[in-house]
Amino acid sequence: MTAVAPPAKPLKPRRRAEIGRAPQDTRGTWRTYIALVAVLALSAFPLYWMFVIATSTDEAVSQIPPSVVPGGEFVNNLREVFTLQQVYFAASLINSFIVAIVVTASTLFFCSLAGFAFAKLRFPGRDKLMVVVILTLTVPNQLGIVALYILMGKLGWNGTLLSVIAPFLVSAFGVFYMRQFIMHSVPDELVESARMDGALTMRVYWSIVLPAIRPALAVLGLLTFVATWNEFQWPLIQLNGTEFPTSMVALSDLASGNYVIYRRVLAGAFAATIPLLVLLVLGGRQIVRGIMEGAVKS
Amino acid sequence: MSLTRSAPPAVNPEPAHRRAPDAGPKSRNWLHRFDNKRVPYLLISPFFLLFAIFGLFPIVFNGVVALRNWRLDDPTLTGWAGLANFEKLIHDDAFWNALFNTFGIFILATVPQLLIALMVANLLNRKLRATSWWRVGVLLPYVTPVAASTLVFAVFFSRDNGMANWLLSLVGFGQDAPLDWRAQKWSAWLAIATMVNWKWIGYNALLYLSAMQSIPKDVYEAAAVDGAGPWRQLWRITVPMIQPVLVFTVVLSTIGGLQLFNEPMLFEENPAAASGGSNGQWQTIAQLIYKVGWKDLNLGYAAAMSWALFLIILIVAALNALATNRLGGGRR
Repeated sequence: MTAVAPPAKPLKPRRRAEIGRAPQDTRGTWRTYIALVAVLALSAFPLYWMFVIATSTDEAVSQIPPSVVPGGEFVNNLREVFTLQQVYFAASLINSFIVAIVVTASTLFFCSLAGFAFAKLRFPGRDKLMVVVILTLTVPNQLGIVALYILMGKLGWNGTLLSVIAPFLVSAFGVFYMRQFIMHSVPDELVESARMDGALTMRVYWSIVLPAIRPALAVLGLLTFVATWNEFQWPLIQLNGTEFPTSMVALSDLASGNYVIYRRVLAGAFAATIPLLVLLVLGGRQIVRGIMEGAVKS
Repeated sequence: MSLTRSAPPAVNPEPAHRRAPDAGPKSRNWLHRFDNKRVPYLLISPFFLLFAIFGLFPIVFNGVVALRNWRLDDPTLTGWAGLANFEKLIHDDAFWNALFNTFGIFILATVPQLLIALMVANLLNRKLRATSWWRVGVLLPYVTPVAASTLVFAVFFSRDNGMANWLLSLVGFGQDAPLDWRAQKWSAWLAIATMVNWKWIGYNALLYLSAMQSIPKDVYEAAAVDGAGPWRQLWRITVPMIQPVLVFTVVLSTIGGLQLFNEPMLFEENPAAASGGSNGQWQTIAQLIYKVGWKDLNLGYAAAMSWALFLIILIVAALNALATNRLGGGRR
């Protein structure tokens, strides 16, 4: 045991510094950046091309090689989409806003209330009920779709905006997310001392919990708005052929029929994407945070 | 009786309101008891109420509908059908074709999706300039409405003047007869899988990235003794360490992938048809459920089909979770 092992052949100093360092502490090389630029370009390309076609004439759309620069017809194409008689496109955008805003507001309110109860209040059955909430996350929404349609019919809601709002007013993921956030960000002592002063539960919610969870509300709100705006299958079942489609249903209408004018369809598609691009620019960091903290596919 | 989760033991366990100086009147006592005992349930009741009505009830009722004759075009035709709908299902070629398509697209869409997401996450897991800019960037497909992006891809993959065919012709394919992407199963599957991959790679990459960043750094230091380079580091350390998230994404992609609806629906030249191609080349089960229920107006049969789909999802998700678990465990 006294024999000294021959010294390992020394690595080149720079390489030794790199090895053994966690990847997130390793500086990105120029190769990393090139790969990332490629990823970003591929991510953005369909959007860019949507815009190109939305701004082109029919001839430019069908030319070979395809034109890759935007044309000057965007306003014209948009006007055509918005003035179409058989598809209520402008109304559909307004409907999308109504649905997304109502669903988002209600999700934020109900989920933060329930999350608060699950995180900070003590009541019999609490932990078991929380498990139930999490289990509901795993149910595929396809399963009840036929019966949900029949139920909406019995309620007299088929073909109304109510039918695409009501089932989404609160979400299991939202409850779970709010609970996690409130558990970690609202100190027990604060809640406790407010109760000592005789504050009722709703008072604690209003003046202690709500101010503390604003970041989480932003994250959940953005995720909910995006998911609701993009919802397609259920609105299609409910609103297809009515005068109150959402913009996604209207898009599918635009693309149906025997003679489809793609510059028009994609001008509509681009118009329906703009609100979400604005949200991504304004709240991109929050959306990233929400997903990285464990968001779930809608 | 303390109301919060982990009140310090020093605090008097008596309810706060009884020690409040002005806790005299009986009505106030009643109010506080109500606040303690009932209000928590009130706060969580919206979720359970709405779930019971719009989640649980439809699932149970779906079972009933599946066992009945239930047609939208003929309301007089009612009554129990017994297992007739399920029997029909077993002998329905359209169902088996849709099942085949669903699995084909699912595999083409999931395997590359998760592998590429892993690579992208690995790229993002570096010390970068403008870190959040890159992360927001990979989310572009995620926020793009699937209806909008699918319509672009539908143009991209069109036979005449489509960009995909133009790109193929640049490298010498199909110059005399352009590929009709919608005509064969394999090409239609590939086109649809491309859309799904495009949409979800960035999202999954962020899930992986968040798991990667919580790996303790000393694990990498220990690995340096073996002289593991970046590539080995990724496969030998990072991947096994983020295994729970891998299982999670595999299960999520299974649940989502087997219910695929939007992309096959809007890939159609006439989406209103819901037929998944002239010959059902790419008709998925979710699409078939929609067609049977709301085009053929046979809700009973559609309900039976959704039960079959649920069963399949359950089995595949369990198998996948198991397999991913094994895979990660073997590498450790």
